[in-house]
Amino acid sequence: MGVEGIGARVTRKEDKRFLTGKGRYTDDMTVPGMKYACFVRSPYAHAKIIGIDASAARQMPGVIDVLDGKQLQADGIGNLICGWMIHSKDGSPMKMGAWRPLAVDTVRYVGDAVAIVVADSYLEARDAAEAVSVEYEEMPAVTEAIAAMADGAPQLHPEAPGNLIFDWELGDGVAADQAIASAVHVTEIEIHNNRLSPNPMEPRATLGIYDAAEDHYTCYTTSQNPHVARLVMSAFYNVAPENKLRVIAPDVGGGFGSKIYIYPEEIVCLWASKKTGVPVKWTSDRTEAFLTDAHGRDHVSKVKMAFDSDHRITGLKVDTIANLGAYMSLFSSAVPTYLYATLLSGQYAIPAIHANVRTVYTNTVPVDAYRGAGRPEATYLLERTIETAARELGVSPAELRRKNFIRSFPYQTPVIMNYDAGDYETSVAAAMEAADWAGFSARRADAESRGKKRGIGMSCYIEACGIAPSAAVGSLGAGVGLWESAEVRVNAVGTIEVLTGSHSHGQGHETTFAQLVAERLGVSIDSVNIVHGDTDKVQMGMGTYGSRSGAVGMSAVVKALDKVEAKAKKIAAHMMEADESDIVIENGELKVAGTDKTVPWFQVALAAYTAHNLPGGMEPGLKETAFYDPANFTFPAGCYIAEVEVDPETGKTDIVQFVAADDFGNIINPLIVEGQVHGGLAQGIGQALLEEVRYDPESGQLLTASYMDYAMPRADDLPSFKLSHQNTPCPSNPLGIKGCGEAGAIGSPPALINAITDAIGNNSLTMPATPMKVWQALQSVH
Amino acid sequence: MYETSYHRASSVEDAVKLRGEHEEGRYLAGGMTLIATMKQRLAAPTDLIDLRHIPDLAGISIDGRNVRIGAGTPHAEVAKSDELRAVCPALCNLAGMIGDPHVRHMGTIGGSIANNDPAADYPAAMLALGATIITDRRWIAADEFFVGLFETALEEGEMVTAVTFEAPEKAGYAKFANPASRYALTGVFVAKSADGVRVGVTGAGANGVFRHKGMEEALGVNWAPDSVAGADVDPKDMLSDMHASAAYRANLVKVMAKRAVIAAG
Ligand SMILES: Cc1cc2nc3c(=O)[nH]c(=O)nc-3n(C[C@H](O)[C@H](O)[C@H](O)COP(=O)(O)OP(=O)(O)OC[C@H]3O[C@@H](n4cnc5c(N)ncnc54)[C@H](O)[C@@H]3O)c2cc1C
Repeated sequence: MGVEGIGARVTRKEDKRFLTGKGRYTDDMTVPGMKYACFVRSPYAHAKIIGIDASAARQMPGVIDVLDGKQLQADGIGNLICGWMIHSKDGSPMKMGAWRPLAVDTVRYVGDAVAIVVADSYLEARDAAEAVSVEYEEMPAVTEAIAAMADGAPQLHPEAPGNLIFDWELGDGVAADQAIASAVHVTEIEIHNNRLSPNPMEPRATLGIYDAAEDHYTCYTTSQNPHVARLVMSAFYNVAPENKLRVIAPDVGGGFGSKIYIYPEEIVCLWASKKTGVPVKWTSDRTEAFLTDAHGRDHVSKVKMAFDSDHRITGLKVDTIANLGAYMSLFSSAVPTYLYATLLSGQYAIPAIHANVRTVYTNTVPVDAYRGAGRPEATYLLERTIETAARELGVSPAELRRKNFIRSFPYQTPVIMNYDAGDYETSVAAAMEAADWAGFSARRADAESRGKKRGIGMSCYIEACGIAPSAAVGSLGAGVGLWESAEVRVNAVGTIEVLTGSHSHGQGHETTFAQLVAERLGVSIDSVNIVHGDTDKVQMGMGTYGSRSGAVGMSAVVKALDKVEAKAKKIAAHMMEADESDIVIENGELKVAGTDKTVPWFQVALAAYTAHNLPGGMEPGLKETAFYDPANFTFPAGCYIAEVEVDPETGKTDIVQFVAADDFGNIINPLIVEGQVHGGLAQGIGQALLEEVRYDPESGQLLTASYMDYAMPRADDLPSFKLSHQNTPCPSNPLGIKGCGEAGAIGSPPALINAITDAIGNNSLTMPATPMKVWQALQSVH
Repeated sequence: MYETSYHRASSVEDAVKLRGEHEEGRYLAGGMTLIATMKQRLAAPTDLIDLRHIPDLAGISIDGRNVRIGAGTPHAEVAKSDELRAVCPALCNLAGMIGDPHVRHMGTIGGSIANNDPAADYPAAMLALGATIITDRRWIAADEFFVGLFETALEEGEMVTAVTFEAPEKAGYAKFANPASRYALTGVFVAKSADGVRVGVTGAGANGVFRHKGMEEALGVNWAPDSVAGADVDPKDMLSDMHASAAYRANLVKVMAKRAVIAAG
């Protein structure tokens, strides 16, 4: 592997900049003449806009202009869209209500943008925003999905009667019903997946710059996928054609999905820059982030799992209702469908599966992908159900899982996915060993003697990363392809730039991508620069989400490197008068195999650019581009075991041990992978124990709009994690890697809830398992 | 934050005078509550009178078992004071449980009790210790000082300069933190002295910090952790909000009281 190549634990190149406060984020960007924006937002969850009077605000100090939705509409700016078409089971297309970047007639959630104020300073803009007088006629609101489906519920969009967006199904309902009817045992459970706020450290921000001389726009934005932002803003919002719009996502401080989507603010600031003739910057504050960043999860499901007399799962039936909020965000329709129901086979051979999913509008902020996106919902549902089944059947949860494991690959599930590789038994064994599963009863007895209730819980997750191939996702309704691009640019002195269409906002691309080049060419990672996040620099790309940068993005780099190497070998062969097929690349040199003839890498690069002595007919230069479209998803899987002690007097849970055994395939940088797992576990533990977005069901006001009320996990909420790694290389991409960004958040919630319910002897417990809820569950046991 | 004018007071008299000149002015101590409230535009004082540079408000002095803590003393200083720990370690422990290190180095005891947040820690201790709140114009018994949610006996412009109390024989504090804010979801301070036992409860009461007379009597008869088990904590008197029901808080009051007695020894 070499000291800096694949598998090396090198520290991150980008950390010096981040840890010394020298990162350059969107809010750090300033341009001459720049002004500041503040949005006027709806204080109501649901209301008609009767009128907007900005005359007083326009007179306030420093105010340049106040612009509203009617003006935006008059200028032909389009509505926001959802880019994944889902058809209901009756064949009708999903019912998309209009989402205007600035509301025109109706506001549908607290925080819905109504107008933009541009002023010399942010404080002046904010003062003026308060002075904009909007007359509203308040209407009844509904915030919960089930309530929104009831007769007489407030209706959000005329396009969607009953607030129903789609009623979709996957799998064979008849077969699943038959399995349940003929089962020896059926486990039934209702599953709630709590609504979460993503909370990236850097709030969203954007700077819109219109250059009248060139009729050209530049958009700095906190995006996980700047090219997709440009595409969507050009093709659907009519902001500007792609050649007139540059999108730059500089350093971005975390996204977790919430920065995939195109939000109203980017569009409105670009448009406002043209209207006012000044560059316009907007930075969200934390309250605005709680109010307007797309939320995650929010499912309610009914589950039936059927078993035969041998405890084999014979069928699974799932009925899910998902809350999508007030409008359909960019990929919101895909999350509770193709990113969710397709994972309902888990690690198990289940002959018949059927899932029905209804999605509904409510007067809440839009819900879209959040770390894991659909797979945490599927995993939580399955792993809670199988643990419950083990308790009902009186068998060990590990044994019940083992009995049902898929053991040969490839494996075609009844819900689309074709698992290419895996070894679930090895991960379970590793996790149980690390957790000292066998010694648990002694530890439980010891806890009992200290007045504590100790429990152990397991979760065996599978997830799917690097959504692909493009043709397949296209046939399922995706509006985009899900390939990735790379350009490898060798400079005349031999240093290298890699341009990737994926985007790093905490993942460490600048290090891992350089390690790949170091591995291949034997050069140091310091001689490799990774360029990303700027549509003017980087060829078209699809960005970073769904743990795709390694599996898809780096595979594109591999393809480009293949081409670079092939050309470099031709040049070296010509220089050394050898046969091209005898050239090998090692330690920064090109060698004629079996001889002592070598030429250093930089000389080959120089030769490519001086072009004094190239093989006949060869073009000068050493730079290659590749696009990579994967053959399949990748399937990381693993086993997590949580052990907890509950204080019966207060209901407080202490995580006394947390074991994660993951199979991510081949690993480029173990240090970064472990960091990703730690972060994912923190978020999963946050979901299980602490976090929940809550709206007042009557007024639709967001109750958890600050950290005083929304409980984010802190370091002392988390134990020291015991990690291990198993490896079945992924056969579907050249590097054999699977993706590790989301696993921690996917696998951990069910392990914890299984452990807590084991400890307290009451299986009805919803996330987050706050001390109060655990205490209440204990009261009903006594 | 709206525009405001900043004034640095050099003495107590100076501060009170400045405050008198600005009807819509406010004292500024650590700013841990006030500045945050202003940033959220929930408060808009025209003038801030900064108390942090007044020498008379600083520090802890101990004379025998008589303790005096200046209003401007930050929590971190209370937490680490060896002299105070020698006579009343429970108060040091309480101060060390407030917020995070940043908050403890900025926030002050005067600001905390003047604010009287129903989930703040100090008010429970002040009640249980039978402390006296000293202001620029009078002495107020803690029992009279804490009036209701965010309400105190302070008059317009009146300034807390110090708190004083006689160190008890034994005292202990137990806090169950709100998982989000880490303020007290319920905190109980117990103190035993020659005059009897006093129990201050914060975070739980529907009307803010209060004394629990039933527990005081029970502990007066028998100073033991289990003595509080039989006490009647009526959920009707408890706060109920999205973080905790009244029934849960009523339970926590008893559990924290028991643990406070254990902590007191
Ligand atoms: C993140 C965070 C976590 C916290 N956690 C806790 C916790 O766990 N427990 C807890 O108890 N507290 C907690 N606090 C509150 C903190 O402890 C401070 O004590 C509190 O904010 C008030 O003190 P201050 O000195 O900052 O007062 P300021 O914010 O400056 O003032 C608060 C109010 O008191 C008035 N005031 C200040 N000094 C005087 C005076 N001498 N006389 C009269 N009026 C005065 C001010 O005018 C203002 O109205 C937390 C705060 C933060 C920001």
